Parts: sequence; structure tokens; C-alpha cells
Amino acid sequence: MSADPAIRAAADTTLSTPAVAVEISGVNLSYGTNHVLKDIDLSIAPGEFFAFLGPSGCGKTTLLRLIAGFNQADTGRVMIGGRDISALPPWKRDVGMVFQSYALWPHMSVRRNVAFGLEERGVSRAEVARRVDVALGLVGLSHLADRRPSQLSGGQQQRVAVARTVAVEPKVLLLDEPLSNLDAKMRVQVRRELRDLQQRLGLTTIFVTHDQEEANTICDRIAVMNDGTIQQVGTPMELYERPANLFVANFLGTANILAGGVEGEGGARRFALPGGAGIPIGDRICPAGAKLVFRPQHARLVPLGAPIAGAALPCTVLSREFLGSTMRYFVAVAGTEVAVDAAFTSGRALLDPGAQAMLDLETDSLLLLAD
Amino acid sequence: MAIVSQTLPAAARARRLTATPGQIALALAITAFLLMFLVLPVATVIYVAFTEKGSSTFTLVNFYDFFRTELFMRSLWNSFYVSAMSVVWASVFALPLAYLTTRYAFRGAAIVQTLGFLPLIMPPFVGAVAMQLFFGRNGSINLLLDEYLGFKLDFMEGLNGVIFVQSVHYFPFILINLSASLRNIDRAMEEAAQNLGCSGFRLFRRIVFPLAMPGYLAGASLVFVKVFDDLATPLLLNVKDMLAPQAYLRVTSIGIADPMGYVISVVLIVASVLAMWLSARAMKGRDYATTQRGGGGLARRRMTTGEAIFGYGVVALILALVLAPHLGLLLLSFATIWSFSPLPDAYTLAHYGRVFGESSVYIKNTLIYASIAGAIDVVLGVAIAYLVLRTRLIGREWLDWMATAALAIPGVVLGIGYLRTFYGVTLPDGTPLATLWITIVLALAIRRLPYALRACYAALQQISVSLEEAAENLGATKARTVRRIVVPLMAGGILAGFVTSFSTAAVELSATLMLVQSNSDAPLAYGLYVFMQSAAGRGPGAALGVVAVLLVAACTLLSHIIIERSQKAKGMGQ
Repeated sequence: MSADPAIRAAADTTLSTPAVAVEISGVNLSYGTNHVLKDIDLSIAPGEFFAFLGPSGCGKTTLLRLIAGFNQADTGRVMIGGRDISALPPWKRDVGMVFQSYALWPHMSVRRNVAFGLEERGVSRAEVARRVDVALGLVGLSHLADRRPSQLSGGQQQRVAVARTVAVEPKVLLLDEPLSNLDAKMRVQVRRELRDLQQRLGLTTIFVTHDQEEANTICDRIAVMNDGTIQQVGTPMELYERPANLFVANFLGTANILAGGVEGEGGARRFALPGGAGIPIGDRICPAGAKLVFRPQHARLVPLGAPIAGAALPCTVLSREFLGSTMRYFVAVAGTEVAVDAAFTSGRALLDPGAQAMLDLETDSLLLLAD
Repeated sequence: MAIVSQTLPAAARARRLTATPGQIALALAITAFLLMFLVLPVATVIYVAFTEKGSSTFTLVNFYDFFRTELFMRSLWNSFYVSAMSVVWASVFALPLAYLTTRYAFRGAAIVQTLGFLPLIMPPFVGAVAMQLFFGRNGSINLLLDEYLGFKLDFMEGLNGVIFVQSVHYFPFILINLSASLRNIDRAMEEAAQNLGCSGFRLFRRIVFPLAMPGYLAGASLVFVKVFDDLATPLLLNVKDMLAPQAYLRVTSIGIADPMGYVISVVLIVASVLAMWLSARAMKGRDYATTQRGGGGLARRRMTTGEAIFGYGVVALILALVLAPHLGLLLLSFATIWSFSPLPDAYTLAHYGRVFGESSVYIKNTLIYASIAGAIDVVLGVAIAYLVLRTRLIGREWLDWMATAALAIPGVVLGIGYLRTFYGVTLPDGTPLATLWITIVLALAIRRLPYALRACYAALQQISVSLEEAAENLGATKARTVRRIVVPLMAGGILAGFVTSFSTAAVELSATLMLVQSNSDAPLAYGLYVFMQSAAGRGPGAALGVVAVLLVAACTLLSHIIIERSQKAKGMGQ
């Protein structure tokens, strides 16, 4: 991975966590008639920071708990470092989990919380003390070791939870929405710390979140999930630029979606919108039931009669929102509202609601996606 | 995926359905205990009631005899009458206290609520004697009435006495439940009615009381069952024609083989179950309080001067009644002679000397019995709560139902069942099991188990499952997780359960009256009962009663302090 070798070496003298791969194959899980996970296949590379991203109820937390051993699959298996762990109880799996609520034991001090997993492994007392110190040092909380969890702030509690987990040198680190209980400012700081720690330890890490920004900023690769299935796996850039379907396009970033149908043959094919307007698509692949998708920055709003660089669509300005560096216009195209961004420069003429204008679409950035 | 689907090991699949061998063994052990000490004795009682004397032939002739005997029919009616009237009077005491303290800006509301609990820490039969001194034919009140107004009131004659003592003693059950209900009513409910033009007593009758009904019914049914089952109070007031005393007298005077005691026991069980079933049915689908959000509590109104005078007057009167038995007991414990006079003639410490001297064996026995019973209860309570809430063991709810069913078994019935069941079981040296003091402990433990179980349930429900999962994730097995995480976190609840069991077992008499074989094995409540039966024993009896009250009060206070502290330390209080 991309970690600085010097930092990596320093980490090796403290906590040793050889990176291993995670393989999930053919996993299905149902609660009664409710099919929660459907044919999940996934492989995560050693040392990768991987995210399960999706809306609530998509099965991402269920899948994470399945890896930790708290849920049992109906079919399929989970391999960690080449070893099938499907039949092992949670306490023999050696995968560290940071809980959404942190799950710090309120009757123990910070130090005793962190020492717990080492004590359960029968580590000698001196070694426990040393590794607790190292783990707390990693998260910068050595000075709070004797506090009770209830005396710490949310961010500090979160770091104790991480220290408690990495202290046992797990093969894989599982993070269940670890930032959701923090305020917005803390979230940005902690996610950076998490990424930094993961890089230093070189630990294979799975991160569950419903927040695309979190996933995009700290993860190497993301599995986008919906309704119990994996929609697409890829780097944040791949997912954004080449979404596999409408769900992924819509879930990551803002996407404008226009319904229509393909007309014509060969090089004269065009994607026609209701009302007659359309866009030439040439010989591009167009799945059945596809819709036209583009991002707000991939179109220009120009006055009637101005020169057009890509494909032109007539539109009516509905409203506009000032976002600082950009002005976002909402315009009606063939009866559908779409968002278009224009760089904001002082003194430049603005289009007012009600104005007739043209959309100039970058043809290379246009996507034709189905559900 | 067909290939992969076969790779799931059988063990992983099986664990989803059932539990570990340890959990199964634990469940079986608890089941065996409950079968042996709860189900078997009660089943024996029912069996004997339905069989011909000395044989195993099924018959209804015992019940025919029961319904043909005038004494039993009168006892049955009296028990119903006394229980129903106790509920009525308990409601009369509880309603104003609950309503005034929750509805109005009432000075000292906390004190009223606290004092309201006071009767519960004294067994009703102890209060009975003190109440006779104040309210009896020749008690303080009647002596004063006779002297100045020339008439007497029959507070304490016959059934009236039982009703009076029981309603003063048990009204807190209604007060507690009703106050909780009133506090949970969303104030918008009341304001909506006012907005539509409803106010005053109509508002109370049409909106407030119906909404508080579930709490009231819960308290009222509890009072009914408690009074119906109580043995010691009528006996001490010399009322013998009620069901529980009849059951006791048949078994102790005519003998353990006489079927009538068992028939009465069955009638007692049926009445208990019926009362609980009726209240549960009436409450079904009416748990309004939990369906609302926000709000919280009736709007507190300021009282007008007239209302205030009336309100404080009512409260003062009720509190005087509530405190009367305690005050009477205290006076009695220091009195040389107290007879035919409003107050004792002179005061002495001799009774306490006697209690801590020759009678200290009662106190020692009580501490031992109640501690063991409390310990059994919390161990069973934690185990059952864990099995029900945290495992997928098949049939685990049955443990809960069985343990909770003890609520419906009157103490006297359990006592009779133990005598009958364990008298035949002898130790190697020939002593019947039923005559050992451990039998008393087991009876106490079974009687108090439902309460301890509720406390353990509540404690376990407060613990987030992720705290346990975190421990398992870090390498602790289920058993280790229970020991290092679950039990320490439940400590407050476990302690509360222990103290509840301990303090109520310390003053329990219904079951033990039957099982105590010698004075040296007798607990405090039994000693009290023996003392109170003779006029000469009343002084020492009262002193023993004061000790009992202080013991229970100290325990209750202690548990409150410990629970609050442990919650604060863990930061779980918020």
C-alpha cells in the first residue's frame, strides 16, 4: 500500500498486524421470508481500506456482523487469510470490530477496557500493560487511561473503542458506522485519524457507512449495496465516473436522470426525450430501459443562439441557488427538473427564472444506465 | 451457488437454532428446581383435593362437601367481601394522595409519596395489634369518643377490623401504580379536553381516570389477591371464618390427611388466578401511557385557598392513619401496661432487653433464611433472565412462566403443599424433609422469586447487546462474557432484587406459619405471631416488630443508595 515505509517500520515494532485478504463467497441470509443478503461475492485485498456503502436497510451492517460471527449465513462462506472461518464462534475469529455505539463497558476504566481482549487471550500481565500503552498511544489517549468511559467526550470514546480493538492485533478491522455519533467537525478529524492509523498498521479494514463522502474520502475501494445485493465494486473515482446502474449513479453525487427511448439505426441512433428533443448516441451501448444520466458539472447553460459545443437540449430556467464558487440552476428539460452548475464569476449576467435557454451537454460524459 | 451452499458446516447451522450445552444444562437445572419446589407441591395439593381420602381414586366429593358446609361457604363469602371492601377502602386512601400529588403544585408531594410506602415495610398482622390499641373497642380513639361524645365506633370488630388493617396496609400498591399512570399521561390529553370545554370533575371522570385505569387496575388486583391470601392478619384479629385461616386450621388441627384443607387451597388458587386474569383482561390493549410521546405528566395546577385547606386536610388524615400502626407499635414496645387508656401508663426498655436476649434467635434465623432465599432468587433470576433474553433456547419462555406462576400461589397453599409433599421424604436418620429449616428457606425463595426475576429482567434489558458482542469479538466466550461483563453491569439490579427478596422474605408469614416446627428454627415473623397472641407477649412482640420494621427500612434505604451510586459510577444514570 501507499504507507511511508519508515512509518510502517515504526509500527511493526509496536503492534504487528500482517495484512490478510478477506473472501466472501455465495453468502445468502434470510430472516424468515425477509431475504437480507443475496448471493454476496466479494474479495478484499490485504491492507485495503474497504467500504460497504448503502442506504439504511441495504444489508451492509448485516454483512459486517456476518464477518464478525454475530450473524450466521444460510449459505456461503467467509475466508480470512485463506482460512474458512464460517463455523467459528465470534470469540475465535480474530476480527476486531468497532461498534457504532462504541460498546465501551461502563464499569471498567479506559485501561481495563483496552486490556480486556489481551487478558482473554492469556497474554502475560507485563505484555498486556505494554500493549495497552502502545494502543492508547496510537490514538493519543495515554493520559486518560484511568478515566471511566462516561467521563470522555464522544470523539475520545470512539478512539478508546479503536484502541481496544487494535490492541489485540486483529487480522481484520471492522468499523460499523464509527463516525455516526460524532458532530460534523469531529467527523472530519476522526476519519482522517482512522485513515492514518490504518495506513500505519497496514491493517485490512472494512468500513460500513451510509455517507458517500466518508467512503469517498478515506476508502481505497467501495462496495455499493442496495436491497441485499452488491450493486458495484470499485474505487471512488470509478464509481463516480462509471456507475454501473442508476442506483449507483444516484447514490454517489448528484445525478440528473432523463427518461426517454432510443430511436433510429446505426450511426443515426438518438436518445429521444418526451416532446421530440433528443441526443445523438451513435453506436453506444444502451441497456434495455436505460435513462440518460449526467452530472450537474457536465452541462452548460447557455442563452438561446449561443454556440453549442456538445449536444443541445432546450430548457426553461426554474430557479437558482448560490453555492459560493458555483451557481446551481434548476431547469426543466422535457418536463423533468435537472440541476446544472455554472462557475460563478462576479459581474457575469445571470439567467432569471422563466428564461428560455439551451443546455449544452458534454457528450463524452453522458451515461445511459438502467436500474 | 449450489456448490458453496453445501460448505456451511452443520455446527454453524445448529447454533442458530438452539444453545450451547452449558445453557441447556443450566435450563434443565432450573426446570428441575422449579418442578421440585413449586410445581410438585402445588400439584400435590390439587391432586389430594380431587382424590378420595387415602386412595388415588378421582372424586369431586370433597368439593361437594366444601360447598355443602355452611362454615366454608360463609368463609368463602367473607374472604370475597373482605378483599373487595379492602380494595374499596384502599382506593379511598390512595386516590386523593395520588391525584393531589401528581395534579397539583402540592408542597411535600415527595414526602407524601414516600410516607405512602411506609405500610409496606411492616407485615399487616404486626400493625393489627397496634391498630387495635388505637381503634379497638377499648382503644384510644373509642375511649376518647366515649368520654366526650358518649358513643363508640366499631372500626375493629370482626371483618371490619380485617378490612381496616388490610386497606391501611395495602393501599400503597394502588398509590404506586396509580401515581405512575397519572405521571405518564400526556398533558396534551387533558389540555385537549379543556380546549373542548371539559373541566373539573367531569375532566377527571371522562379523561384522566380512564387514562389512568390500567395503573389503578394493576394495583387493585394486587390488593385483592394479597388480602384474599393473607393468613396471619385474620388469625391475629381472631377472625376464623375466612378461607386462608380455615385452610390453616384444618391442616394444623384436624391433620395433614384431611382433604378439606386442600380443597380450600384449590379454591384460593382459583380465586388468585381469576383475579389476575380478570385484571390482565381488563387492561389488555389499554396501556395508553406508553403509546404517547413527549408531554409527560398532568399539568400541575395551583390550588385555591379552599382547595388547599381541603387537600392538606385529607392528606393529613390519611397520613395519620398510615402512621398509626407504626406509632402504636413503637409506643407498645416501650409500654409497661397499655390497657383501657388512651396512652400507656408507663415506659420501659425491658421488652427490647428480652428481644435481644432470649429472643435473638428469631432475628438470627431471619437474617440467615432471608439471605439464603434472596441469594437463591437472584441466582435463579439472573439465569432465567439471561436464558430468556439472550439465548434462542427452545421453550425458554416456560422458565419465565413457571417462575412467575408463583405469584398466583397463596403462601398458605405452598406451605400445605410442602408439608404434604416433603413429610414423606426422609433423611437417612429418619427426619422428614419438611421439618428441616431449609424447607422454610426454599418456600421463601419460591414465594419471592417473581419479584427478583422482574428486577433481573429490568437490569439485563438495560444492557446493550453490543457490550456483550464487543467482549465476544475480543475473544471472550459466552460464559466469560457473562462473568466479566453481564454480571458486573447487572450488579445494581441484582442487588435490588436481592434486597427486595430479602426484606419481604424477612417478614413473610403465610407459608412459614405452616412449616415452622420448633421455636429454635422460627424466623422473626413467626416469633412476632407467637408473642402477639398473648397479652403478656405484646410488649416484647412490639419490640420485635420495631426491629423488623427497622431492618426492612434499613435494607430498602441501603439498596436505594447502592443502586444510585453504582449507576452514577457507571455513567448509566442519565
